[in-house]
Amino acid sequence: MRERSWTAQRIYMLIGYAAAAAALFCAPLYLSDFRLNLLAKFLAFAIVALGLDLIWGYTGILSLGHGVFFGLGAYAMAMYLKLEASGDKLPDFMGWSGLANLPWFWKPFESFWFAAAAGIAIPALLALVLGFFTFRNRIKGVYFTILTQALVIITTTLFIGQQALTGGTNGLTGFTTVLGYPIGSPDTKRMLFWVTGAVLLAVYLMCRYIVGSRLGKVLRAIRDGENRARFIGYNPASYQIFVFVVSAALAGIGGMLFVLHVGIISPSMMAIVPSIEMVLWVAIGGRGTLIGAAAGAVLLNYAKSSFSESYPDAWLFFLGGLFVVVVVFLPKGAVGLLGKIKWPKRRRTGHEQQVRHSAV
Amino acid sequence: MEITIIQLFNGLSVSSILLLIALGLAITFGLMNVINMAHGELIMIGAYSTYLTQTIFSSYLPSSMFNAYFILAIPISFMIAFAFGLLLEGTLIRFLYGRPLDSLLATWGIALMLQQLARTIFGAPNVAVKSPAWLDGGLKLMDGVVLPYKRLFIIGLVALTLIIMFFYIYRSNAGRRMRAVMQNRDMAACLGISTRRVDAMTFAIGSGIAGIAGCALTLIGPIGPALGTYYIVDAFMVVVLGGVGKLIGTIFGALGIGLTNTMFEYWTTASLGKVLVFLCIVAFLQWRPKGLVAMKTRALD
Repeated sequence: MRERSWTAQRIYMLIGYAAAAAALFCAPLYLSDFRLNLLAKFLAFAIVALGLDLIWGYTGILSLGHGVFFGLGAYAMAMYLKLEASGDKLPDFMGWSGLANLPWFWKPFESFWFAAAAGIAIPALLALVLGFFTFRNRIKGVYFTILTQALVIITTTLFIGQQALTGGTNGLTGFTTVLGYPIGSPDTKRMLFWVTGAVLLAVYLMCRYIVGSRLGKVLRAIRDGENRARFIGYNPASYQIFVFVVSAALAGIGGMLFVLHVGIISPSMMAIVPSIEMVLWVAIGGRGTLIGAAAGAVLLNYAKSSFSESYPDAWLFFLGGLFVVVVVFLPKGAVGLLGKIKWPKRRRTGHEQQVRHSAV
Repeated sequence: MEITIIQLFNGLSVSSILLLIALGLAITFGLMNVINMAHGELIMIGAYSTYLTQTIFSSYLPSSMFNAYFILAIPISFMIAFAFGLLLEGTLIRFLYGRPLDSLLATWGIALMLQQLARTIFGAPNVAVKSPAWLDGGLKLMDGVVLPYKRLFIIGLVALTLIIMFFYIYRSNAGRRMRAVMQNRDMAACLGISTRRVDAMTFAIGSGIAGIAGCALTLIGPIGPALGTYYIVDAFMVVVLGGVGKLIGTIFGALGIGLTNTMFEYWTTASLGKVLVFLCIVAFLQWRPKGLVAMKTRALD
C-alpha cells in the first residue's frame, strides 16, 4: 500500500499539478487568440482521452468506437447552435434537402440546457445498450473492439445517408451565437477556454477519485484477471458496463466542447481514423495513468497541427510509425519512459524499504 | 422473381468476396491470436499488383496477348501479397503474439503507412483496371436476368481457393501441423513442430489470399489506396459471426453477412441496411457469443 503521508515526492507532485493548472488558466495572458483556440480544442480532446483511459488503461477494454460518442455529443451541441443561428427559420441544409418542417427530435434542441444534457445522455445511453448486450454475454477482448469499430462505420454511414436530418457529409456548421454571445468573438473564446479548462480539471479529479476508490481497484482486477474477479464474487459485466458508460459520457462532453471551439462537426470527424487516433493519444501518453492520457492528447494534437500543416503527407507515415513504435517498444507510453529514467533512484528506496522491513 | 434472383446472386457475389478476405483473417486470428488490421492493405497490394501486371502487358507485350494478363495476375498478386505477409510477420507480428489488442493497434499503424505509400507511388485518385475481353457480357438466365461473367468468375475463383485451402488445411501435412498448433500450441511444440515456421507460413498464406481478393476486386470497380478499409470491417464481422478456427464457420459467416446485407440494402437504403445488419449480428451474438462455429475447448480464456 502507498502511504498517504506528506512525503517530499508528494509535495513536489502537488506543486507540479498546481503550477500546471495555474499555467493553464493563465494561458490567455501569453497565447494569441489563434493558439488559445487550438489549446482549447486540445483540452476538449484531453477529456475524451481521460474517458478512454478509464476503459482501456484501467479496465483493459479497447474501444475503437469513441469517435461515435464524441460525435454524438458534438452533434447535440451543434444542433442547438444551428437552431440558434437559424432563428425562426429552418436550418439551411434542411431546406436544400427539401424538408418543410423541423423534424420532431430537433425541436427540444432549441434549449441550450437540453442540448448539453443530451450531449452527455445520448452517448451514455448508446454505451449502456451496447455494453449491456455485449459484456453480459462475456463478449470481450477483440470481439468487443471489432463491434465498436463496426459501430463507427454504421454511424458514419447513417449520418452521411440521412442528409436532410443531419447535414450529410458537410455536417453542421455556420454557427453564430451561443446563449446570445457571438461565438467567434475573442471574449467568448476566452470564456469557453476557461470553461473547458474547468471541465477538464473536474473530469480529471473525478477520474482520479474513481481510480483511487474501491471501484477502481475492481476495474484493475478485471483488467488483470477477469475470471479471478468473477470467482471472488464480483460481476465483471456490471463494472464493465459502468466504465463504458462513464467513458462514453466523457467523450460526449469532449465533443460538445469541441464543437463550441471549432464551430463544425461532420461525419469524417467521428469516423474510423479519428476514433483510433484517440486511442493513440492514450497509448502515447501512457495508458493506465490519467495525467499521461491527458498530456498525450494535448501533445500529439499539438504535434499534428504543427507538423501536418507543413507536411500533410509525412504526417500519416509519422502517425503509423508512432503506432508501431509505441505498441512494440513503449507499452506504457511516455509516462512509462519517464519512470524508466528515474529507475535507479527508485530501486534504492525499494532497497531501503526492504532493509526496514527485515529489521522489523 | 427476376429481382429476387438478381438480389440473391448479388448477395452471393458479395459473400464470396467477403469470404476470400475473411479467410486469412480467421486463420491468423485462430492460430496466433493476432488481429491484422493491415489485411485490408494486403488486398490493396494485390489489387495494385494486378494493375501493374496489366500496365506491363499493355505497354510491353503485343496486344493480342493482353487478354491473358488476368490469368497471370492472380498468381502474381498472390505471390506479392505473400511476400509482404512474410515480411510483416517476421519484422513485427511475431513480437505481438498473445497480445491481440496491441497487434490490432500496431498493424493499424502499418496499414496507415502502406496506404500513404500507395498514395505516394500511385497517386491518390483511383485507377481503373481494364478487365479482359473474355469477362465482358454475362450469362442470360431468363428475360431480365443476366449474370455478369465477372461476378461468376469471382465466385468460381473463390470456390477454387476454398477447395485448395480445404485440402491444404485438412489433407496435407502442413495443414495438420497448422491445426495442431491451433489446438494446443505447447503440445505441438513439444512434439517437434516448429511453431515459428507454421505461424510465418500461415500468416503469409492468409496474406496471399488477401492478394487474390484484391485481384478479384479489380474486376468490380476502380481501385485506390483506401480500397482495403472499405472491406476490412465487414470481413472482421464475418470472423466474429462465423467463429474462429473452422473453415465452415467462416463460410457461413460470409454467406450470412453478404446475403442479409444485400437484402436489407435492397429493402431499405444503403445506410439503414448496414445498421440493421449490425443489429442482427449483435442479436445473434446474444444467442451464440462465440460465433456460429466455435472450437470446443475446456480452457478458461
